[in-house]
Amino acid sequence: MDPKQLYQEVILDHNKKPRNYGKLAGATHRAEGLNPLCGDHIWVEIKVAGDTVDAVAFEGQSCAICKASASMMTGAVKGRSVGEAESLVAGFRAMVTGKASDEETKRLGRLTVFAGIKDLPSRVKCAVLPWHTLHAALRRDASATTEGDADPAAQAG
Amino acid sequence: MNAPAPLERHAPAARLDVERIRADFPILTNVRPHGKPLVYLDNAASSQMPRPVIDRWLRYQTHEHANIHRGVYQLSELATAEYEAAKRRVQRFINAADEHEIIVTSGTTDSINLVANAWGRTFLAAGDEVILSQLEHHANIVPWQMVAEATGARIRVIPCSDAGELDLDAYERLFNARTRFVAVTHVSNALGTVNPVAGMIATAHRHGVPVLVDGAQAAPHMKVDVQALGCDFYAFSGHKLCGPTGVGILYGKRQLLEKMPPYRGGGDMIRSVTFEKTTYADVPARFEAGTPPIAAAIALGAAIDYLEGIGMERIAAYERELLEYGTRALAAVPGLRIVGTAREKAAVISMVLADVHPHDVGTLADHDGVAIRTGHHCAQPVMQRFGIPATARASFAFYNTFAEVDALVASLTKIARMFS
Repeated sequence: MDPKQLYQEVILDHNKKPRNYGKLAGATHRAEGLNPLCGDHIWVEIKVAGDTVDAVAFEGQSCAICKASASMMTGAVKGRSVGEAESLVAGFRAMVTGKASDEETKRLGRLTVFAGIKDLPSRVKCAVLPWHTLHAALRRDASATTEGDADPAAQAG
Repeated sequence: MNAPAPLERHAPAARLDVERIRADFPILTNVRPHGKPLVYLDNAASSQMPRPVIDRWLRYQTHEHANIHRGVYQLSELATAEYEAAKRRVQRFINAADEHEIIVTSGTTDSINLVANAWGRTFLAAGDEVILSQLEHHANIVPWQMVAEATGARIRVIPCSDAGELDLDAYERLFNARTRFVAVTHVSNALGTVNPVAGMIATAHRHGVPVLVDGAQAAPHMKVDVQALGCDFYAFSGHKLCGPTGVGILYGKRQLLEKMPPYRGGGDMIRSVTFEKTTYADVPARFEAGTPPIAAAIALGAAIDYLEGIGMERIAAYERELLEYGTRALAAVPGLRIVGTAREKAAVISMVLADVHPHDVGTLADHDGVAIRTGHHCAQPVMQRFGIPATARASFAFYNTFAEVDALVASLTKIARMFS
């Protein structure tokens, strides 16, 4: 895969005009995500009403892959149930680590533009960080990281 | 039975015959990342190995290998002789006064840990101070912090300017009655700054304070003379010097080494062992517990022969031309800023590209065949000083060409345009 294509098709646009960037008024959950390797450092805020993720926003400093992944994540998760959101987290992670079945990949819809990240092993963590952080927010954990047990490369399945 | 050093390969006054040199490095033609010619500009992280060094390693494994300092049989005696000869090459390479002052380690990190532990834990007490600089690699920070934690000593830091030069007045002012040690890098791996270590060592010695110089980035690129510098310890790695990974050197002044206890216990570092009392070997054996990286050390000797065959002064002069050309050429890349503009620099160019994260730069450059390092370069305090999370760094060796600088500039220009 030529990453230029990936950058040109999706990453540059979201990098320049990230969706749902900034603070979220009335946020109910918030988590911080850190990738110590490259210094990506983001915050994800969500507003959960009942079982529904009403809104998601993010902010922070990161590379373009991380920012585009976060930007698209906010759109993909909005309006979903907490369970659906968690299943997107698992699906996205499986896709970028090359472990997703075709069926799983199909469920990710437009997020499949990130499938090529699996060919850039040093950048998988950049793409996954927003999703880890969302997962932490959904669980009301304060923070997420891409290291240790949370290392996408270190985990089975 | 080492091959003689190819001392007169290149006429001293002639310009480096880089094409001929490149033919010695199989990896430069064997590898085509993403179908493109390899433009390897990450020499500060690790350099490539030329054929004579690869061949030396192979010959050792196929004709000479046995454990050293043990056997009375011919093969072991041969391996021992070749290993000791390699150490004498290292001694000559850095102009150490005495062959007992050369300790084989696993790398610069190991060398510094040896000093931090064997010297630091013996001579540092609560309230004592160790001076480091803002420009240090983590390998010359963390070992000292660990020893400071254990002994109650304090770390003091020499600040650097916006150009990436150490503030020598501030350095002078850091000395006081509690100053016990200075550990400073010869060349900054993140910025390329060449620190004026000779003067800094003289300052420390006026205060009666010994100095360790981290030479990982200097030894491959300039003539190092430890006696002229006057340093008490000098550390460097084999794999940045066209040698293999897994071997490094610690030079230490003999009278200091003799006062230091061993760092690791094991075989080959003892005079006698009983369960009641062990007495230690003399230096340097005292610091070389266990089987050393014999093959790697012998290959390092061959790498030194190779570099000296070209000439360290000529390598330094050619790399300076690459640095000047690269610095000028990169100025044309839209939005590019060079971080680290010291007057004295090694051929390292650390860059930020407006609004483009260095990791995106690295990924996209890689697909043009250009291998550069991106990140904090194990020097987070340097990044903090300049208020940036990371840089993209091109670091050159004598086998790089002006055309490769052009390839870097073309790739970065394309990336800058893509993001604008």
